[in-house]
Amino acid sequence: MAVDTVVPAGHVAPAKLKRESQLALMWRRFKRHQLAVVSLWIVVFFYLVAAFAEFLAPTDPSAYSARYTYAPPQGLQFIVATEDGGWAFQPHVNGYKTEVDPKAMRRSFVIDPEVIIPVQFFAPSEPYYLAGFIPMSIKFMGVENPRDPFYVLGADRLGRDMLSRLIHGTRISLSIGLAGVTLSLFFGIVIGGFAGYYGGWFDSSVMRVVEFIRSMPTIPLWLGLAAALPKDWSALQTYFAITIILSLIGWTELARVVRGRFLSLRTEDFVTAAQLDGASDWRIVTRHMVPSFTSHIIAAATLAIPGMILAETALSFLGLGLQPPIVSWGTLLQEAQNIRTLATAPWLLAPGVCVVIVILSLNFFGDGLRDAADPHGR
Amino acid sequence: MLRFVFRRLIAMVLTLWAVSFVAFAIIQLPPGDYLTTYLATLSSNGDRVDPATIEALRQQYGFGEPYIVQYWKWISGILGRGDFGQSFEWKAPVTTLIWGRLGNSILVEGLAVLVMWFIALPIGIYVAVKKYSLGDYLATVAGFIGLAIPNFLLALLLMYLSFVWFGTTIGGLFSSEFENARWSLPRLWDFFSHAWAPILVLATAGTAELIRILRANLLDELKKPYVTTARAKGLPEWKVVLKYPVRVALNPLVSTIGWLLPALVSSSVIVSVVLNLPTAGPLLLRSLTSQDMYLAGAIIMLLGVLTVIGTLISDLLLAWIDPRIRYGSK
Repeated sequence: MAVDTVVPAGHVAPAKLKRESQLALMWRRFKRHQLAVVSLWIVVFFYLVAAFAEFLAPTDPSAYSARYTYAPPQGLQFIVATEDGGWAFQPHVNGYKTEVDPKAMRRSFVIDPEVIIPVQFFAPSEPYYLAGFIPMSIKFMGVENPRDPFYVLGADRLGRDMLSRLIHGTRISLSIGLAGVTLSLFFGIVIGGFAGYYGGWFDSSVMRVVEFIRSMPTIPLWLGLAAALPKDWSALQTYFAITIILSLIGWTELARVVRGRFLSLRTEDFVTAAQLDGASDWRIVTRHMVPSFTSHIIAAATLAIPGMILAETALSFLGLGLQPPIVSWGTLLQEAQNIRTLATAPWLLAPGVCVVIVILSLNFFGDGLRDAADPHGR
Repeated sequence: MLRFVFRRLIAMVLTLWAVSFVAFAIIQLPPGDYLTTYLATLSSNGDRVDPATIEALRQQYGFGEPYIVQYWKWISGILGRGDFGQSFEWKAPVTTLIWGRLGNSILVEGLAVLVMWFIALPIGIYVAVKKYSLGDYLATVAGFIGLAIPNFLLALLLMYLSFVWFGTTIGGLFSSEFENARWSLPRLWDFFSHAWAPILVLATAGTAELIRILRANLLDELKKPYVTTARAKGLPEWKVVLKYPVRVALNPLVSTIGWLLPALVSSSVIVSVVLNLPTAGPLLLRSLTSQDMYLAGAIIMLLGVLTVIGTLISDLLLAWIDPRIRYGSK
């Protein structure tokens, strides 16, 4: 729906008539919503992390070390004191020393500020494949001696690096959100679209089904479906099965949005015109109606992603979603289920912080998108 | 009104039928049937299996028969004898296992709904009346965070904080000495000293949502001329707000139970697992992981039934307070 500028006959055309595309109008309106813009950058950041997981993660997420179980976060420091009393720029982490807790008679790690382990950025590493096919032998950061402990965000039960696991978990959790929404979108557009376009009994029966699914508690349903997955399936199979399970219920919301749009567009003049021109139903739907509400659909889809991510996290947290060799925020949080573990290693809750940040940003971003989807409104 | 109730009741029966079908489908999903699993467990324990028992079980559940026949046997057992089948793992009828836990579920979820309204109502009215005040912004921010933190994470966090700050673990619904006692004043006290945590956790997301809805509704109402009229006639400000606009703004709030309840039941399952509550949630999880499908199916079905009944109640309440719905749906 581009802006039509009517130039009256006889009138000298203005020197330059600026026309903006739908996209430019949307972007302009979106920019007014500052929180949404900030959220967009946060979302982009997380998806970049997911895309370059192998490069950003200091170590292999499944590399374990029995020496450093539940080692606390080292943090990353940049300034070291030099011998002559001044300071110098040197990225580093501190080493550990072990202390024995006299009460509990338990060995625990304490950060030792004396020991300085220099950290290199763009450090050479073992060769690996980025995203499975780009050969690389450089990592974003690393320690010079691979035997030194390097746990910026701490270590888990098996001495695996939390940061690396978190980064790899980001990839799985965020991509399952996207995949689930894509699949839901497909079902939603096809089912909701036809329901809205044809109306009648098909519409009302689809809407009854949607109402029914929405009136059911989802977690028990998801759990029931996920529990039926064969235990011997490969990681990839489980991943796709979970995606399908999530979208089996997730399509309803999108179908409702699409249907609503269709209903309101069906009586528009341009649709009648296309019908009178003898265009086929398929052509009217795909060429005339869908483009005119794409932006609304994108906004609705964005708002559906957080639900998917949350659902995956919840399922995996309960042990019925993705299974442990796969690293996702949910499977990581599963480690933090026990209060004893939490008390010794509160940093295991880090994936939870990521979940909250991503959910919040996606929600704000989606809200902004929804407002911007109609650049001529208001 | 009677006509409306009647229509809703028919719709409910249809929905319940659909719920039972879904629950049964879930029972049927795992590969193999319950008997093969059962026999495998028995023989792995070294128990001798009596062929007559197997045959009796086969008859009872209609294994090997078409899906629809099995469904019929299952559903007629439930409706006729209140028999939900047998739990493998506990070697007991499903009914003996679930009622107590379901009661706890209803109790916790019902209290969560009450707490939700109790918190959301005054805050919602306050933020609408004092639009763009500091309190309004605080409530908005808190609301967004409340919506974004998954309930189970909040439960974990609460558990961790109470452990670090007070040195106690929260969890469960009763102390061990009250576990199986009859309801009495001390037991009630014990219940509330445990239940505040899960109730609070469950109420957060709903509260945030309710405040948002109430604020939006009330803001629309407060702009209307009748409010100005009331004010011009010299009604005290609290009466101007509470007497009319709040009552109108409440209508959509009552209807939110319809979608609030499924979400609440959902999150209570997972929160109960985290906080180790003796509700239906942990039992469902256990039964699903051990593929104790009749138990799982019964719980899923009953949770669905609860939700449907809750929604019906909210619909009837709504029709009762709003004549437009009562008379509009002829």
